[in-house]
Amino acid sequence: MSAQGKTVDNGCDPVIEAELDAVDRRIVIATQDGLPLVRRPYHAVARDLGLEPEDVIARMRRLLDAGVIRRIGVVPNHYALGYRANGMSVWDVPDERVQDLGRRVGSLPFVSHCYHRPRHLPDWPYNLFAMVHGRDRVTVEGGVDAIARLLGDDARGHRVLYSTRILKKTGLRLVA
Amino acid sequence: MTDGTNGGTEPALDPVIDDRDRAIINGLQGGFPLTETPFAVVAEDLDLHEDEVIDRVAAMLNAGVITRFGPMYHAERMGGGLTLAAMKVPDVDFEAVAAIVNALPEVAHNYARDHDFNMWFVIATESAERIPEVIAEIEAATGLAVFDMPKIEEFYIGLRFEA
Repeated sequence: MSAQGKTVDNGCDPVIEAELDAVDRRIVIATQDGLPLVRRPYHAVARDLGLEPEDVIARMRRLLDAGVIRRIGVVPNHYALGYRANGMSVWDVPDERVQDLGRRVGSLPFVSHCYHRPRHLPDWPYNLFAMVHGRDRVTVEGGVDAIARLLGDDARGHRVLYSTRILKKTGLRLVA
Repeated sequence: MTDGTNGGTEPALDPVIDDRDRAIINGLQGGFPLTETPFAVVAEDLDLHEDEVIDRVAAMLNAGVITRFGPMYHAERMGGGLTLAAMKVPDVDFEAVAAIVNALPEVAHNYARDHDFNMWFVIATESAERIPEVIAEIEAATGLAVFDMPKIEEFYIGLRFEA
């Protein structure tokens, strides 16, 4: 069976690494740029690949259950929706506290992504990253202040890096 | 405007979207059904006709209001590698370095940011072993250090924008 998982210990939370078979890979390649905009999109994918529609749906269901597909839906262009300010806030917090603090920061409504990442001392002391989106910089600064209050004395330093330009933006992709 | 070069500092796209478009964006950020006629399911929830949902998604893709519609794949769970990398690029070399980095197909996103670490990009590869090779290629081609910052843990709550 495809997309059956094995548990991998990455030192933190166990993740499922799915095994894709050749048919799964063809489905990934056929859909990674998007689904056909027709009434029966999975049937259209199946027809293009010479598969049964039920098979395409069942395989995508397994990929979704295994977490290979994060979600199926739209990716809004946040600039076009008025979210023009995008601040990557980075924080230096004690390593033994980062998991607890990361969960709390990640649950704040204006934080879209939150990660524990490695420091690179002495250049880069920050180990907790929280992406804050807002309609303008004042809103983003308000979010950063709220994170600072939540972290309290656990925040030994922080910076906010604003994006000034998108240099490249493409999706992640497999090649055939 | 959808060619990936529109930055946050450029003038607004000023797309015209109405309440139905907003409802579609908010309703379709996840959970698109895996059924024979998924648009009909979504349309019923939104009290719209399925063809109107399809037409509006197509129009919003064309206008750049949404950048993608479909399954979002998780690179690491397909056995691939994924990391965030940063560089400190001298201003005078910035465009040349950006061209070198962007030319690599494994570089998925690249952002300029206002810090000494002024270039931040995502490297996505089909195999995890390829990540250090890509980093070495960039370092060799640019003569600059690449700081590898792979996620150790993700505190994921789901990306949602209220349209």
